[in-house]
Amino acid sequence: MKSQIPVVLLACGSFNPITNMHLRLFEVARDHLHQTGIYQVIQGIISPVSDHYRKKDLVASHHRVAMARLALQTSDWIRVDPWESEQAQWMETVKVLRHHHQELLRSSPPMEAQNAGKAPTAPAAVPELKLLCGADILKTFHTPNLWKDVHIREIVEKFGLVCVSRAGHDPKEYILDLPILRQYQHNIYLAQEPVQNEISATYIRRALSQGQSVKYLLPDAVIAYIKHHRLYTMDSSWKDRSSQRSKGNTS
Amino acid sequence: MDKSEKTDVVLLACGSFNPITNMHLRLFELARDFMNGTGKYRVIKGIISPVGDAYKKKGLIPAHHRIIMAELATKNSNWVEVDTWESLQKEWVETAKVLRHHQEKLEASNCDHQQNSPVLERSGRKRKWTEQRQNSSQKKSLEATPKGVPKVKLLCGADLLESFGVPNLWKSEDITQIVADYGLICITRAGSDAQKFIYESDVLWKHQSNIYLVNEWITNDISSTKIRRALRRGQSIRYLVPDLVQEYIEKHNLYSSESEDRNAGIVLAPLQRNTAEAKP
Repeated sequence: MKSQIPVVLLACGSFNPITNMHLRLFEVARDHLHQTGIYQVIQGIISPVSDHYRKKDLVASHHRVAMARLALQTSDWIRVDPWESEQAQWMETVKVLRHHHQELLRSSPPMEAQNAGKAPTAPAAVPELKLLCGADILKTFHTPNLWKDVHIREIVEKFGLVCVSRAGHDPKEYILDLPILRQYQHNIYLAQEPVQNEISATYIRRALSQGQSVKYLLPDAVIAYIKHHRLYTMDSSWKDRSSQRSKGNTS
Repeated sequence: MDKSEKTDVVLLACGSFNPITNMHLRLFELARDFMNGTGKYRVIKGIISPVGDAYKKKGLIPAHHRIIMAELATKNSNWVEVDTWESLQKEWVETAKVLRHHQEKLEASNCDHQQNSPVLERSGRKRKWTEQRQNSSQKKSLEATPKGVPKVKLLCGADLLESFGVPNLWKSEDITQIVADYGLICITRAGSDAQKFIYESDVLWKHQSNIYLVNEWITNDISSTKIRRALRRGQSIRYLVPDLVQEYIEKHNLYSSESEDRNAGIVLAPLQRNTAEAKP
């Protein structure tokens, strides 16, 4: 049996807050890639966006990183990386990919167990880094001026995309309608999540601000953190907006 | 006092829980928020009552596993618990009977608290209370239902409501009893046909004030069927069921093509019973 190509999945986003749906993306993507027989997913990375993204209701990045960390306490393959959130300004996704790719090159172990007994002194393959996202991201590639064309090209050509969509939704048209994506469609993996699980963070924030339960939509540890730090309450959304306006460094 | 004007409610969910999922648990949270939000009710407890093996549904694994999984799932809940009474009965029990069992249980324990029987606790506080009882008017002891007995209501998804229409699945007198004497809290997906279904049924229409439709804005379609299918295909079910449940399933290898074939070809208990009784 040929040795499989190791893959690391990177998910960028607000994670404001992280939900079970975000975590599912990783599980579904991993299952899908394993099913191809070509890949072995060895790691998942959650990279929360920095506060400089200036999205409405974005709570301070140190909270979003802490919540992701709590959510991933019980995962043995997914971790959170605060690098992007710690940068002095907002980073385009492609730059985050480049950074993590560099990190993977730097830290590639000399000999991997998967090569044992197969190829004598062949160096372990450097893991391929792929961008993990929901199918809605594919759609945003079509939005004028949202992404730089050269960046889209680099993402699909150099790295690759794993796109998780809901069963019954075929994001193929998003791919075929855009020449850049069509050209590299072999590097775009479409995984289907059979369980409709649209736990939008927007909904979570609204439910929290209205004092409603979000139990079982996000890990208990994250809910406890949110309650302890009084995040996403009715008044905190105002607080965040004003503190973002009076910019300084990330708290 | 405001509190005494509210009716205490216990939410009872019946079903296979084969296995229990995050969606089942969400039903309770949504229902509680909704009922408490009306200002008329106070939800004090949630009960998960897994169906007995005698239900004979295809793919139904032994009750003791389903009970354990439900208990693991509610470990971190301070108000939802698992009840084994239904699953321990030798024959399948109609949902109306399960409701009645739990309502009677609540009434009995309520009565115990109000009796001035010397057999009960002799704490100082209780004794004072019973002295008051003795002094109260005769009228009180003649009340049919003791004041403040919590009311049991059936918690379900729209699929259960719509299953009322399946021939021979439910006895019509049971449906009537459920909506007339107990009440239904139905969590529905936005845009579902639940309202239409109620409109088209005379008995549901008559008791619509006792049927609460709660909108679930998050499409959270974590059906047990899909969980079992994913497991057969070696796919991850993490974050769809509580971690402890996922670990338990994995440890005991509960779901497979073999387990899915259990009861294949056997008629579901309610269909069996209602068709048999219908025969002249």
